[in-house]
Amino acid sequence: MPGKLKVKIVAGRHLPVMDRASDLTDAFVEVKFGNTTFKTDVYLKSLNPQWNSEWFKFEVDDEDLQDEPLQITVLDHDTYSANDAIGKVYIDIDPLLYSEAATVISGWFPIYDTIHGIRGEINVVVKVDLFNDLNRFRQSSCGVKFFCTTSIPKCYRAVIIHGFVEELVVNEDPEYQWIDRIRTPRASNEARQRLISLMSGELQRKIGLKVLEMRGNAVVGYLQCFDLEGESGLVVRAIGTACTLDKLSSPAAFLPACNSPSKEMKEIPFNEDPNPNTHSSGPSTPLKNQTYSFSPSKSYSRQSSSSDTDLSLTPKTGMGSGSAGKEGGPFKALLRQQTQSALEQRGGSPHRFCRRREFPFFTLTAFPPGFLVHVGGVVSARSVKLLDRIHNPAFVGIMGNTRSYKLLDWNSFNSDEPETRDAWWAEIRQEIKSHAKALGCHAVVGYSESTSICEEVCILSASGTAAVLNPRFLQDGTVEGCLEQRLEENLPVGCGFCHIPYDELNMPFPAHLTYCCNCRKQKVPDVLFTTIDLPTDAAVIGKGCLIQARLCRLKKKAQAEANATAISNLLPFMEYEVHTQLMNKLKLKGMNALFGLRIQITVGENMLMGLASATGVYLAALPTPGGIQIAGKTPNDGSYEQHISHMQKKINDTIAKNKELYEINPPEVSEEIIGSPIPEPRQRSRLLRSQSESSDEVTELDLSHGKKDAFVLEIDDTDAMEDVHSLLTDVPPPSGFYSCNTEIMPGINNWTSEIQMFTSVRVIRLSSLNLTNQALNKNFNDLCENLLKSLYFKLRSMIPCCLCHVNFTVSLPEDELIQVTVTAVAITFDKNQALQTTKTHVEKSLQRASTDNEELLQFPLELCSDSLPSHPFPPAKAVTVEKASPMGEGNFRNRSAPPCASSTVGVVKMTPLSFIPGAKITKYLGIINMFFIRETTSLREEGGVSGFLHAFIAEVFAMVRAHVAALGGNAVVSYIMKQCVFMENPNKNQAQCLINVSGDAVVFVRESELEVVSTQQPTANCQPSCPGGEVTT
Amino acid sequence: MTSELDIFVGNTTLIDEDVYRLWLDGYSVSDAVSLRVRSGILEQTGATAAVLQSDTMDHYRTFHMLERLLHAPPKLLHQLIFQIPPSRQALLIERYYAFDEAFVREVLGKKLSKGTKKDLDDISTKTGITLKSCRRQFDNFKRVFKVVEEMRGSLVDNIQQHFLLSDRLARDYAAIVFFASNRFETGKKKLQYLSFGDFAFCAELMIQNWTLGAVDSQVDDMDVDLDKEFLQDLKELKMLVADKDLLDLHKSLVCTALRGKLGVFSEMEANFKNLSRGLVNVAAKLTHNKDVRDLFVDLVEKFVEPCRSDHWPLNDVRLFLNQYSASVHSLDGFRHQALWDRYMGTLRGCLLRLYHD
Repeated sequence: MPGKLKVKIVAGRHLPVMDRASDLTDAFVEVKFGNTTFKTDVYLKSLNPQWNSEWFKFEVDDEDLQDEPLQITVLDHDTYSANDAIGKVYIDIDPLLYSEAATVISGWFPIYDTIHGIRGEINVVVKVDLFNDLNRFRQSSCGVKFFCTTSIPKCYRAVIIHGFVEELVVNEDPEYQWIDRIRTPRASNEARQRLISLMSGELQRKIGLKVLEMRGNAVVGYLQCFDLEGESGLVVRAIGTACTLDKLSSPAAFLPACNSPSKEMKEIPFNEDPNPNTHSSGPSTPLKNQTYSFSPSKSYSRQSSSSDTDLSLTPKTGMGSGSAGKEGGPFKALLRQQTQSALEQRGGSPHRFCRRREFPFFTLTAFPPGFLVHVGGVVSARSVKLLDRIHNPAFVGIMGNTRSYKLLDWNSFNSDEPETRDAWWAEIRQEIKSHAKALGCHAVVGYSESTSICEEVCILSASGTAAVLNPRFLQDGTVEGCLEQRLEENLPVGCGFCHIPYDELNMPFPAHLTYCCNCRKQKVPDVLFTTIDLPTDAAVIGKGCLIQARLCRLKKKAQAEANATAISNLLPFMEYEVHTQLMNKLKLKGMNALFGLRIQITVGENMLMGLASATGVYLAALPTPGGIQIAGKTPNDGSYEQHISHMQKKINDTIAKNKELYEINPPEVSEEIIGSPIPEPRQRSRLLRSQSESSDEVTELDLSHGKKDAFVLEIDDTDAMEDVHSLLTDVPPPSGFYSCNTEIMPGINNWTSEIQMFTSVRVIRLSSLNLTNQALNKNFNDLCENLLKSLYFKLRSMIPCCLCHVNFTVSLPEDELIQVTVTAVAITFDKNQALQTTKTHVEKSLQRASTDNEELLQFPLELCSDSLPSHPFPPAKAVTVEKASPMGEGNFRNRSAPPCASSTVGVVKMTPLSFIPGAKITKYLGIINMFFIRETTSLREEGGVSGFLHAFIAEVFAMVRAHVAALGGNAVVSYIMKQCVFMENPNKNQAQCLINVSGDAVVFVRESELEVVSTQQPTANCQPSCPGGEVTT
Repeated sequence: MTSELDIFVGNTTLIDEDVYRLWLDGYSVSDAVSLRVRSGILEQTGATAAVLQSDTMDHYRTFHMLERLLHAPPKLLHQLIFQIPPSRQALLIERYYAFDEAFVREVLGKKLSKGTKKDLDDISTKTGITLKSCRRQFDNFKRVFKVVEEMRGSLVDNIQQHFLLSDRLARDYAAIVFFASNRFETGKKKLQYLSFGDFAFCAELMIQNWTLGAVDSQVDDMDVDLDKEFLQDLKELKMLVADKDLLDLHKSLVCTALRGKLGVFSEMEANFKNLSRGLVNVAAKLTHNKDVRDLFVDLVEKFVEPCRSDHWPLNDVRLFLNQYSASVHSLDGFRHQALWDRYMGTLRGCLLRLYHD
């Protein structure tokens, strides 16, 4: 399917002065795609040139169309010397390659220079004509849609969810090539930007091919990251969930879907394996969920446990309490064995590709109702790897079994390299899979991967939530499926996912189970940790809140193996402490479940940092959490006793205060009904993690607290005292503010339309004098707390509001520097309504959950293309613009029209969420995936590091908005800043920053406008929507 | 633990009106922080001083980045870097170009040159306005002046188009430009009682009636330069006071009409000739640039002060000036009725505005 790419350069504006003599510029433009370059005429002496060029046509393969970016360079013509570059625009033309997205890219793009930043704008029109040529051997994957959104996109219906897709490509980093010593920083930066763009394109194409192979047509939850490995190269990797999506094009099609999309789903998560419940005994077991409560696998386990003792899951002792690991090991082994047999069955099944069944992972965090049956808990795995150096070609990977080679000859490299990285990841994924099996789960949802690199050491991490997915989604709507569905309906709504998927008598770890407080039929754990969003049908009491665990550990500076060993020795302790902190804070909040858990371990030269963020909630199904008790070690000392009791009182007060603050007032449960005592709930871990040193050695770390009945904090030294203090130092957000790191805030459902997305970056320098673990912890804790306080202060005019999708990233750019980057969105909500709903909340929680569900899933009405311009007021544009503009502070809608209301720049909203409150997304225009480098050699003149980075981030936002507007969109959803690497050298007056962002460009329509339109045009739904160009100017 | 870097970037640029005002007023970050602390914001929000410091720094940085764009407001509208709702853009521009009464009175009518810029130190000390703020205001005046100086078309329209100011502010700037290019003296002690508003009012009347633009709307600088021909012609009015018969006739016409209507009739009657001479001589002198500059000094000396010393109420001044201008139409021997109206119409308006304590 070759195509013809057509580009027209219309005009420029606000160009910089390139000729000091005349204060003007003689600008012309080079348009480059692949190896073909066109030039416009030189437009003499103007800062606002009107080139109005002909259509430049490139005839290219679609493979190139997918890989290559369109490169537009604006230059200043100089008769006597070399032409000076003003700046560049890279345009990803991928959105033009599938039919439902954008048809034309047209608009003003900021002209970007890696040294000077944005220097004026250029108006460009880009079109693509694709020719059908189906006979060719497919190397391209045009037509596969990509979404960053980690749920089924709003105006689509999932026909099949196929499963996990991943790919990575490796290249050398231009910054580390020998040529970099002689070329300018600009040339080097541009080479890097171009390379990453090229690699992203290639990666996306390859993933697309895999999706086509699976007969899917889209990737949802697409997450692409790059690892700057320094001298050993540059890795671009991506994971996603392959799906077959149907566009909802008419109300007839989507109205039923919005009430119960699940009915129409035919999901095949990883195989059509008829028996995903791997813990049920043998193939003859019927496919009933009810089998969970019985335990057929108990006997089964006894039969086979001895045969598998040498499996790789043998726990490594000496980490955590270890006791559970010993108990759990064999059972896990058993489960794994079962699974293996199940996998084998699958492998043999006809008409299916084995490869994609390899990992039953889903990058989605929100699911259609009914998809998620049970949630086991968080599974995570980490691995420390040593990146090879060029002059060490046959270097053996540190941990014995993983060998990675690097070829000396760069030219011939690329055959081995991806495989090494692939093997690393495959190893980690394998671990994740086995952890999930151990929890009696056959799938992992909310799955994500990340890395942290410092010099030649790299920590690979993966985490997700072990889950059981509904068997009926595994089949193609057969009679049995219907039967299943009927059975399913008997199950209570809102608590099913909390019920344990593993076998009660063969628990993978010691856990305290009670009967579900909601349905009283099934067993539930006392605490639940997950990486996914709160299911829409979950019954929640009160509101949720952001919970963070923060931890630093000093580490000796070391080289290579020694360093890697030191890190791997520290990791389990960090995980343990992070987990303990999370658990303490959760209890302090009086809550019993964590959603959206993300634990980030960052490695630096001389320290390790751990930051865990999650949203705590009180699940109605889970038992009331017990308090925290403090015990002292020296009971004889009277004043000490007093101190302890004082602390105890403080903690109890805090818990009580938090319960009030978050409106947690669960109904009283009489114990007899439950039939199992709950007054002393024991703290249990759902977190199963491992830290692997080789592919054959998997470590289980038991994070539970042994056999203690109550949750007791022992204060035996000053450290422990510090810990307790730090628990109490976390101040709740000021009144009117809520925060969470999930998509939506549990307990708030009446969002108003004002949103404000922001990125905040802080870097602190530690004084090297007091580098103890405690001082470090305190500094880090203060850094995060102060950052949050600043955010609350800055956004105070939006009260009542909620910070959603709060995403913290920590990096350690240098020895004594800690950098924290936060991206989140503040959304206002209606307080009055909130009060009403919370009053009746307890009684109606179930009912409300189901209505919520409907609200959330109501799909947007489609609009005719002319619906937007048909705004009742003549200056429709200005009015819409004003309406859509989110006010940073205060409400200015009542202000009189300003003299400059004729603004031609359309508002583009950005949000890390998958939706826009008060609006319906009518169209997805394609993925935005951009990578920028900015460098300066005049740091002081640009306002120091803060001035430099502030300007750069503002520019990145501007470029994202411009691209979205050019595609005809008015918002970016699921926006994420994946990387923000900042390096400075104040002595040389230099700084450099790399930023990678992505998101989905969309068109949204305000619900208020929709109503107007739908009353005017009741038949407005018959045409596919394309209000493109609405905001393009 | 020191903060090396601390930034906040919103998709919609956050503008804090209070901090913007402090920035415009030229306060340093630390001064601004202490002023904010004094406003009681910490108690209201429960924030700490560190938070306030960080917030103020952040806003200052944003304003600093916006300043370049504010120098050419249309750029602010079309730029892509800062997403700012139109109403906020308007607010930013309007506030940036707003000026202090005390400051404008110091520089009104002065040449907007480097020399004046050097005096800003003194002005700052005298008015208590920070030097930074003085510089901004002065540079605004100068920038607007430079842009519209040699432009065709209405002064107010040009200013509005190039600086996107509100009508009110654009008119004020037109007055500033008009005064600066004609160098009217406004700093004399006897003029100290006059406000900028008084001068701006006069400037508007003069622009409407006395400039080139009043007769021909197709010339450059039409609203800035006074109509030289008109000023030359004003010499003709001299006969109103030089010709004794005409002066007597004029006086009797005015006195007849105003008898019984004026509280200060006798004073008026006694002073008529002096007043009339004053007003007509001002007109006749306007051919010289030096005298144009002293226009307001002369008006106050020759008319406002004599009336004021006799305690004329404003209403009497109005009645007198109306009658004084109108009666000329009944003077058969006087042929320059149109010229008189163009002169006196504007002058009457100005005098009434200038006549206060």
